[in-house]
Amino acid sequence: MKGAFWKSGVFVILALLLVLAGCGKNDNAASTTTNADGTKTDNGGSTGSENSGGEIKVGILHSLSGTMAISEVSVKDSEMMAIDEINAKGGVMGKKIVPVVEDGASDWPTFAEKARKLISEDKVATVFGGWTSSSRKAMLPVFEELNGLLWYPVQYEGLEQSPNIMYTGATTNQQIVPAVSWLLENKGKKFFLLGSDYVFPRTANKIIKEQLKVEGGELAGEEYTPLGHTDYATIISKIKAAKPDVVFNTLNGDSNVAFFKQLKDAGISSGDLTTLSVSVAEEEIRGIGADVLAGTFAAWNYYETTDTPANKTFVENYKKKYGDDRVTADPIEAGYDAVYLWAAAVEKAGSTEVDKVKDAAKELEWDAPEGKVKIDGETQHLYKTVRIGEVQTDGQFKEVWNSGSPVKPDPFLKGYDWAKSLSEGK
Amino acid sequence: MPIRKLSAQRLWLLAAYTAAAALLFCAPLMLSDFRLNLLAKFLAYAIVALGLDLIWGYTGILSLGHGVFFGLGGYAMAMYLKMDASGGKLPDFMDWSGLTKLPWFWKPFESLPFAIAAGILLPALLALILGFFTFRNRIRGVYFTILTQALVIITTTLFIGQQAYTGGTNGLTGYSKLFGFSLGSPETKRWLYWVTVALLIGAFLLCRFLVKSRFGKVLRAIRDGENRARFIGYNPAIYQMVAFSFSAGLAGLAGMLFVLHVGIISPSMMGIVPSIEMVLWVAIGGRGTLAGAVIGAVLLNYAKSTFSESYPNIWILFMGALFVVVVVFLPKGAAGLFGQFKWLRRRKAADEGADGVRYPAV
Repeated sequence: MKGAFWKSGVFVILALLLVLAGCGKNDNAASTTTNADGTKTDNGGSTGSENSGGEIKVGILHSLSGTMAISEVSVKDSEMMAIDEINAKGGVMGKKIVPVVEDGASDWPTFAEKARKLISEDKVATVFGGWTSSSRKAMLPVFEELNGLLWYPVQYEGLEQSPNIMYTGATTNQQIVPAVSWLLENKGKKFFLLGSDYVFPRTANKIIKEQLKVEGGELAGEEYTPLGHTDYATIISKIKAAKPDVVFNTLNGDSNVAFFKQLKDAGISSGDLTTLSVSVAEEEIRGIGADVLAGTFAAWNYYETTDTPANKTFVENYKKKYGDDRVTADPIEAGYDAVYLWAAAVEKAGSTEVDKVKDAAKELEWDAPEGKVKIDGETQHLYKTVRIGEVQTDGQFKEVWNSGSPVKPDPFLKGYDWAKSLSEGK
Repeated sequence: MPIRKLSAQRLWLLAAYTAAAALLFCAPLMLSDFRLNLLAKFLAYAIVALGLDLIWGYTGILSLGHGVFFGLGGYAMAMYLKMDASGGKLPDFMDWSGLTKLPWFWKPFESLPFAIAAGILLPALLALILGFFTFRNRIRGVYFTILTQALVIITTTLFIGQQAYTGGTNGLTGYSKLFGFSLGSPETKRWLYWVTVALLIGAFLLCRFLVKSRFGKVLRAIRDGENRARFIGYNPAIYQMVAFSFSAGLAGLAGMLFVLHVGIISPSMMGIVPSIEMVLWVAIGGRGTLAGAVIGAVLLNYAKSTFSESYPNIWILFMGALFVVVVVFLPKGAAGLFGQFKWLRRRKAADEGADGVRYPAV
């Protein structure tokens, strides 16, 4: 019977697939049991693995598939590079760091599931991961419940401070607030706010609106488009009608390509209208095209061109490892910092136990590619230097302003009177 | 002879079902807390699959909008949990979105019974309304399917846009207690797991009862020939509306369980991709067999978790391969496999009347 032949073929293929998948899992299970010896039970206790085998497992949890993969894979790469570098120098406390990579798949509940798996099944000492605020918010309860430690490497909208998260990207007072002040001083008073419709732009714009009120700015318009939106004709005509001095752009991902190209096609050049973006870094410039973006501004804490000795080696090593066409950017660097800061904290604590590492991390300083950074013990954010850059025709940034010294993180904007209404109730 | 054969087969089936139920109840003894939590999530998905199978496999209505019903149930439960976690204060996301007062429609969600009722009835009601305007006007097939997709887009856009009221893209998360018990503790998780198993078995029995009843026969009659059913004197619209609404209620129930197990609900869970994924579970498991729907949901999600853990970079290829294999070689889904065992093959003549797909998808 021909049918029977085919059907047995199906069985074989299905069985093979499952066996393949099963093998990988068994390997994991085997190594976790050896590690589990020294650890307490999985409930709420310490998740730090005092591995006797000379290995320390850490989790890396970024989207390797789905819409966010294009951004997050580079961060994963820089974190892997940092781990390799530390291992090459003898590891942490003489032990090798072994990364356990998981895919968050651009899906928030998946991030929560994988975070739980890393902490309770793999017993990793810490996790480096996340990009979108939504993924962080999804992982946060898991880390708090299991007392894990997450290093989150991307600038975000602030108004958060979890005892189980270390924030190595900028909070609002290290990116958006100084950028607005700089624009008001140098580029004009009339602001048009354009963003993708999700939590970061909405919260950022709420802060900007409060700030404009007290610093003498004027709101010319505020528009949101869905994530992935690509038709900006209407928005551009609204911008033309409102005649703002500045467009403050919090669009994310692909939308930037469409917006800037259509803006150029509409005959508005960077000379006529200042645009400042907070989600456009070197990686995005590669995608959009430097010729389209030249002359526009961005606010970050790090650029590939940032002139520090540490950055020189960082960029060199990154390109050597992943190819000359790759670029480094702010979140990529923040992920790299996170690994080094964690390793330094572990060395200092002499342990990988979360509470001890957190204690040791307080006020820890490190010479990052972006310059000196320090972990603020109170908020678990980093002191970071703010930099405003102008896009050049070669796709790199030229720094036009910086804050001079690292700025103390203030996620709830407590240091700003006008922000009272935003941070109240916390 | 037919009677004896039938009973022997029923006996086998009964034994298999009992074994499966016993296995499910004993699972906490064999699995780690994390794996148990995953299984609980898969079983919640299986409840959605049951409901979908009821309308797709038995009534011939393909809904690509069940993510919405699932999400509404999830949001109802999450709203209760969020209110509970905020302890009388404004939930955190409202605070930073600029609300100063609790919106009126959040108020009743302080009560758990209300939240549970809303989690089932809201999706059911929405489905009833959608059904009322479509089935009564004899909109069916692909046209109905497209409408359900529109429903998905409308709902997700609404939920993302109204950040102050719904939590926006982030969804609702950051709650940890139910009745004062920590949702994270292994004991609570075990209880929630058993509740899920019980509800799944309950839903399964209910669906089975519906399918075997006169009502179920009419549903199948509508599937196989809507006009014929109408000429005999049944009003298909009523039956379709009831089945669709019931199925949406099941999805809502599953959504509530999902939130308890996973601890987050966001618009991405009610989007187009999860809605289609839900249909895939049923398609892969076996359309028109209730056990197939359950098996499909559990199997596919198990495969997804396992593949992505073992091969984080290329797991999607494995999933794709699995789909291709099943679609090409097992048109009846995984449940169709059982028909291939020799001891079941004996009733070859009766095979024509067996459950399973013998009709187009929409």
